[in-house]
Amino acid sequence: MFERIFSILKKEFLQIFRDPRMRSIIFLSPLIQVMIFGYAATMDIDHVPTAVYDLDNTKQSRDLLREFSYSKYFEFKYYLSSLEELRDVIDRSKVFGVIKFDRGFARDVIGNKSAELQLILDGTDSNAASIILGYAGQIVGNYNYRALKERARALVGNEISSIPMVDLRDRRWFNENLESKNYYLPGVISLIVTLMSLLLTSMAIVREKEIGTMEQLVVSPITPFELILGKLTPFAIIALMQVTLITIVGVLWFHIPIRGSLVLLFFSTLVYLLTSLGIGLFISTISATQQEAMMSVFLYNFPSILLSGFAYPIADMPKVIQYVTLFNPLRYYLVIVRSIFLKGIGIYYLWQPILILFVMGLTIITLSSLRFRKSLG
Amino acid sequence: MPENNTVAVTSLEKKFGNFTAVNRINFEVSGGEIFGFLGPNGAGKSTTIRMLCGIISPTSGSGKVGGFDIIKEQGKIKQNIGYMSQRFSLYDDLTVEENIDFYSGIYRVPKDEKQARKEKIIGLAGLEAFRHRLTSTLSGGWKQRLALGCAIIHKPKIIFLDEPTSGVDPITRNNFWAIIKDMARNGITVFVTTHYMDEAENCGRMALIYKGSIIAMGTPEEMKTKIMKNTVLDIRVAKGEDWLDKIETLKGVEEAALFGVSIHAVVKDERAAIDAIKDIFKRSGLKDYKVTKIKATLEDVFVSLIEDYDKEHDESKKS
Ligand SMILES: Nc1ncnc2c1ncn2[C@@H]1O[C@H](COP(=O)(O)OP(=O)(O)OP(=O)(O)O)[C@@H](O)[C@H]1O
Ligand SMILES: [Mg+2]
Repeated sequence: MFERIFSILKKEFLQIFRDPRMRSIIFLSPLIQVMIFGYAATMDIDHVPTAVYDLDNTKQSRDLLREFSYSKYFEFKYYLSSLEELRDVIDRSKVFGVIKFDRGFARDVIGNKSAELQLILDGTDSNAASIILGYAGQIVGNYNYRALKERARALVGNEISSIPMVDLRDRRWFNENLESKNYYLPGVISLIVTLMSLLLTSMAIVREKEIGTMEQLVVSPITPFELILGKLTPFAIIALMQVTLITIVGVLWFHIPIRGSLVLLFFSTLVYLLTSLGIGLFISTISATQQEAMMSVFLYNFPSILLSGFAYPIADMPKVIQYVTLFNPLRYYLVIVRSIFLKGIGIYYLWQPILILFVMGLTIITLSSLRFRKSLG
Repeated sequence: MPENNTVAVTSLEKKFGNFTAVNRINFEVSGGEIFGFLGPNGAGKSTTIRMLCGIISPTSGSGKVGGFDIIKEQGKIKQNIGYMSQRFSLYDDLTVEENIDFYSGIYRVPKDEKQARKEKIIGLAGLEAFRHRLTSTLSGGWKQRLALGCAIIHKPKIIFLDEPTSGVDPITRNNFWAIIKDMARNGITVFVTTHYMDEAENCGRMALIYKGSIIAMGTPEEMKTKIMKNTVLDIRVAKGEDWLDKIETLKGVEEAALFGVSIHAVVKDERAAIDAIKDIFKRSGLKDYKVTKIKATLEDVFVSLIEDYDKEHDESKKS
């Protein structure tokens, strides 16, 4: 049994690494994706293009604006003079947000009323919007604190070192500077592993059907079980190689923290592969040509990314859709990978998603194998 | 076991939907025999082979290959048979040696024999110069030889060859048949399909399959004598092509075709036909002609058998 599996394994590797197109798909495409997410994903969080609509135009409003412009997060691109302009810059996505002071801001600050400032954000990218809101909150908080201190000094007449007040420092854990590359790069691992294992497995099996070698294998004494094992193992190994590659580039080049255990990362990847290789196997049973297989892979892959929480938080989705995501293996794998990288937590906390993946994987691979065996006969 | 290299089927049938590809056929192949399975395109040759090798299951009927049931004991059959499919089915992106190694691994050829068998196959197929070449760069004939080699790497007792010589030049074809005969001499049963009728002479016995039914079976000699009810006449005449139409439409002439410098006519009643042919020549004042009875080639036999079959079935449809 082992000899037959080994023969297929060896043949598969020979074929994959002989094909220059295959080599670049396997090694280059993960690198390109890491680069894209590593560089592109860092830019949107600082120097956010912002417009100012200051109806008050007083020392107080300008002071606070200066606080905003001194932080590296906001960059003033436009100074607006009408509501139409405001609508326009947002609609045309010229800016991501508008800071608006109404008339009477200074009056309220000086008088003992609480003054209002509006931050209008483009909510299209809800992730970014909430992060920016956090920054704005910090800036305003600092301003308040200083204003309070000044007022106290005016009252007491001399410098006071501190005012007893609750200092809510919005400390973010795990990804302190909210650098989105830290958030996205580990996610890229899960995307690459999914796409590659689906694509490579289904195409490799369907190709044998297309060229007729599958028939030759069916006539040989090889069992479907041996065939499946020999066909899937190479792609599991390749997936692990890709995880290694992305991790190395992410950590050494983009300085992504890796706080958790690499062993756990590889182990959970293997468990996850049960599901994606199983789905790849399933796709191979419903496709007659490689083109059909590729279409089916993309048909599965796209919604699976959308419903994984990779780009849009699951919590922001409609309730019904949230339930649907429970059946998406990628969702769990994504949580595991991000947790290992950013939180550094171990199996003690992650056993639940790993177990879910294991059960899902076992189910999928069993059903696909049965279907595959039937499709051979 | 006496029957470990025989093939036998009874009432074997395969339907694809409403279409009957193989229609309740019966035949037996004894050990060490070269059995030819002949028929035009779409006759059901590949379908039959695919049922015997366990690739598809029959709709009804039964069969035994190497003494094992083709429905219940497919697993046991597999180790004992070799199969060369009609489509070239090796890995184009592997080299000659890698292909051989792959199949020798799949069939678990014993370790200490691997190298020797590989060399033997490379020698048999004459592939010495190409052993490290990618299979995709081989020409058609070499690919077929490699495919045959890979199909016998595990020393099967029975080998199924589905049109092994299609798209192959005449010299390679002869070479192929030499290998096939050699295998039969060593006790291997060969089940081979072809639609090259001249190749059928190499078979010990053969069956003619047409539209899913076996319409004749026997040795080449039997086919040409007992089974062939018609006579073939060789007509030598100048400008044969001008006479062809006239002869073909004569009563009693089943079929006529140009054959090099002469016309071959298949006729039912030898005497009557010769008289009729001579008659038209005489009437147009021609003296220089010759009509002789010749021995039918297998091709003549098959063509007239198929025509007879078609006529019979057309009539039965009409009535
Ligand atoms: N899987 C299938 N589904 C439907 N029809 C099929 C299938 N396989 C074969 N057939 C039909 O069955 C008939 C016999 O096919 P088969 O391949 O056995 O012919 P053949 O004798 O091998 O012909 P050839 O010389 O062209 O290879 C053909 O009409 C073919 O179209
Ligand atoms: Mg055929």
